[in-house]
Amino acid sequence: MEEKKVISELKEKFTDRIKETTSDFGDDTVTIDRDFLAELVQFLKQKPYEYTMLLDITCVDYLGREPRFEMVYHLLSLSAKHRLRIKVPLSEKNLSIESMSSIWKNANWLEREVYDMFGVRFYGHPDLRRLFMYDGFEGFPLRKDYPLRKSQPRIKLRK
Amino acid sequence: MEGNFITTKFNYILGWARKFSLFHYPFVTACCGMEYMSAACAHFDLDRFGAGWTRFSPRQSDMMLVVGTISHKLAPVLRTVYDQMTEPKFVIAFGTCTVSGGIYDNYAVVQGIDKIIPVDVYLPGCPPRPETVLDALIKLQEKIQNQEQDWKWKKRKS
Repeated sequence: MEEKKVISELKEKFTDRIKETTSDFGDDTVTIDRDFLAELVQFLKQKPYEYTMLLDITCVDYLGREPRFEMVYHLLSLSAKHRLRIKVPLSEKNLSIESMSSIWKNANWLEREVYDMFGVRFYGHPDLRRLFMYDGFEGFPLRKDYPLRKSQPRIKLRK
Repeated sequence: MEGNFITTKFNYILGWARKFSLFHYPFVTACCGMEYMSAACAHFDLDRFGAGWTRFSPRQSDMMLVVGTISHKLAPVLRTVYDQMTEPKFVIAFGTCTVSGGIYDNYAVVQGIDKIIPVDVYLPGCPPRPETVLDALIKLQEKIQNQEQDWKWKKRKS
């Protein structure tokens, strides 16, 4: 798959459902709405594109911007040796998105991490618990409005 | 009787015995572990100073080496391991992360393990060179030699 060919084909097929595309420094990116995510990744997973590998799921907090959060999905096509990035903006009021864990198994823990750090809810997720932080931890530490040095000790500290 | 006996103080000989028989428990969590391994293996050889036995049971060890970043999630574990050690026990805070939290001044990391357990020797460095580790061990031995010894039939203060 040559560069930009995927993007132009997607634009042709889905027209206005693809909100925005960029190819900065060879990183092909498409921005879509959250309702369209499952359909798009199912489409990309099939031939001829074969984006069969989910490299990473993460989230970005653009504090002060609306929509505040942005989910980022990194896909890799092994046959085409091509990477594609999918971005989904999410507003703080309705911070939820469909889980990809039925499509890629590794999405299970990746989504748990995003939930742990940003508080994004994934509906359809089989086991949405915190992954890194412990039970009783309040708040989401990678949000920009989480206090920088706030710690929540599990045991009583000395002194 | 000439040459057949020596005179010493009980405290002194107990300190001498203790400082050269330090069984250590390595509480290794992060990259400082590489320097610990280097210091413990043949090239630098902790064993020269009587601390060659690595006991992976806190109940059989005298000296705990806390090697690497301690997060708040791990803090209760460290506390439990320390409580399981039998007296006399000593702790070396190995590396900047254990001394002060190091570069990790954030939500996850304990800012110095002395917030959880008492520490005898602070060993800074990111990570510390094996020579520094040996230096810390010698400093701990000095401390053990010169401290008030605590033994079975002596009344405990606390």
